[in-house]
Amino acid sequence: MLKYLIRRLAATALVITLVSMSVFVIFAYLPMDPARLTCGKACTPSIIEANRHRLGLDVPVQVQYGRFVKGLVAGRHYGEGVASFDCPAPAFGYSFNKHACVSTLIADAFPVTFSLAIGSFILWLLIGVSLGVVAAKRQGKWQDKASTAFVLVGISLPTFISGILILLLALKFNLIDPIEMGRWVSPFTDPIGWARNFIFPWITLALAFAATYTRFTRSNVLETSSEDYIRTARAKGLSEKVILRKHTLRAALAPIITIAGLDFAGLLGGAIITENIFNLPGLGRLSIRAVLVDYDLPVILTTTLLAAVFVVVMNLVVDILYAYIDPRVRVA
Amino acid sequence: MSQPFLEVKNLTVSFPTEDGLVRASNDISFTVARGETLAVVGESGSGKSVTSLAVMGLHDRRSAQISGQAILNLESGPIDTISASPDVVRKLRGKSMAMIFQDPMSALHPYYTIGDQISEAWRLYNDGDKKAGIKRATEMLDLVGIPGAAKRVLEYPHQFSGGMRQRVMIAMALVNNPSLLIADEPTTALDVTVQSQILELLKNMQKEFNMAVILITHDLGVVAEVADRVSVMYAGKIVEQAGIDDIYYQPDHPYTIGLLNSIPRVDQLEGRRLIAIPGQPPSLISLPAGCSFRSRCSFSSQVPNNLCATAVPDLDQKISGHFSRCHLTEDQLKKARVSTGAVL
Repeated sequence: MLKYLIRRLAATALVITLVSMSVFVIFAYLPMDPARLTCGKACTPSIIEANRHRLGLDVPVQVQYGRFVKGLVAGRHYGEGVASFDCPAPAFGYSFNKHACVSTLIADAFPVTFSLAIGSFILWLLIGVSLGVVAAKRQGKWQDKASTAFVLVGISLPTFISGILILLLALKFNLIDPIEMGRWVSPFTDPIGWARNFIFPWITLALAFAATYTRFTRSNVLETSSEDYIRTARAKGLSEKVILRKHTLRAALAPIITIAGLDFAGLLGGAIITENIFNLPGLGRLSIRAVLVDYDLPVILTTTLLAAVFVVVMNLVVDILYAYIDPRVRVA
Repeated sequence: MSQPFLEVKNLTVSFPTEDGLVRASNDISFTVARGETLAVVGESGSGKSVTSLAVMGLHDRRSAQISGQAILNLESGPIDTISASPDVVRKLRGKSMAMIFQDPMSALHPYYTIGDQISEAWRLYNDGDKKAGIKRATEMLDLVGIPGAAKRVLEYPHQFSGGMRQRVMIAMALVNNPSLLIADEPTTALDVTVQSQILELLKNMQKEFNMAVILITHDLGVVAEVADRVSVMYAGKIVEQAGIDDIYYQPDHPYTIGLLNSIPRVDQLEGRRLIAIPGQPPSLISLPAGCSFRSRCSFSSQVPNNLCATAVPDLDQKISGHFSRCHLTEDQLKKARVSTGAVL
């Protein structure tokens, strides 16, 4: 198991390095000039060049990457004299639009996105798995049909419709304060305010994901129920309850861990639509503003990189969890 | 002979399907006593497994219609597993009656250790913590001849070979000292060399635990090794039932004669071709009138009045303890046996 862990960790580190390189190279060759973008209206070529130097963009891309990596570890210093500024480690770059280190922007946005992701994740797993199990156990009965209806609605409604509907309903029944909406409240200082802030975004995202999970759980439980080892469990004299809890679910839910991990990782990169609808200052909104409004390259670079890292790291977590659950993976 | 432990009476299992009612096993009756092995022989789809699953109460009652009786003569009194409540039958499973299955590769849960799975079966009916369960599992593995039981009890099914897994299945089935063991084609999925080891083990275990054993198989070679009595099934019905010697030396049904003819034999002349039974078994949805085996039977023309096509033959006792479902007379059957060379 330890050997497996080490091998996986090494592979993950390698993948992250490669991902960061590719993202970096892609952004270096984008047909946009960050130096020009930082220059403003009264711009001359000499100011652009000065800015380019100040941003460290006047050196070859591999040197830029080297500085970027160094900045991640040791922090970074931009410019000279009065106009100079520091970004402490891990420094991802400096946003001229926001006049802030990207790491600061991320540090502000990430808790929001994480809160959104973790809450909806728990909600959709609870809903999806329990509905799926009920639908499988009551196959063909009204419970099954009702869950099918739920699945259809959940899958067909895109979040930009369901989110707006939920928002409208919440506003109509005064469940959301439109002025307070989206204000970040830490769960450590005010857990109730935090939950109240996030409950509708959670429902929006959970609705979309729970539908898929219901379907997936249902078919997995049905498939596992017809396995020979479930018949063995029955022949032993185990009760249906124990068979479901111990024998069927263990095997049926293992594959769900894989997709759940990846879905969660995807959300950590930012839920662009949901964050925008509910005015949540998370990573999704940070990136979409950087892309559409500000052309804020350091921010886009960082959010892209982070999203990739989340997926890679989550993959590792999922694989380790899977090895823990399925002994056949451990030896392989 | 003592009172049989299991008495199956007029057991019929049918499955409603869109095409009609499938009568998978039809009016089955047999008995098995403790210490006795009854072999149930027949080709795929003849109703062997369906019958035994019905005895164990393992059919989904929403999809299977079951009538008849399967009475277990327990010390506490008889219980009919067909009419008893599912909960009562469940508490007999694994304790009074146990079952092992055809494919040991898929019959064990891949996520739990062997010890976990055996100890789970034991703890269901015995007071004891997990440690005691594992200890008991180790003893059982030792008993069924798995070397290094103390270590292997902590391993997972995928770390065992097919033969070893079947030993594990047997250990698990026997952990609560059941009075009846149903072995559903226990050697079919195994290598030939391993097959006889498993049969040997089953025989020894039967002696050790004084169990009634029902051995389901399509392999008459397996039957000869372990059975005391044989029921031959065809198209959901028992067509012949007799002691082991009678089946081999004076088969009283053309189907049994055909089965025996299809076994390769070392003592027979080189170059002799095996004789296959022509045709296919009938559909269980629309069984033909008369004898189900008629269309494949080469002797039916000897029966007067086209009786084979019109009347279902009864399961008659032709000789003491030897039942057969055939319109042919004993003389005609004797000729049939000799003419096909089934019996030397």
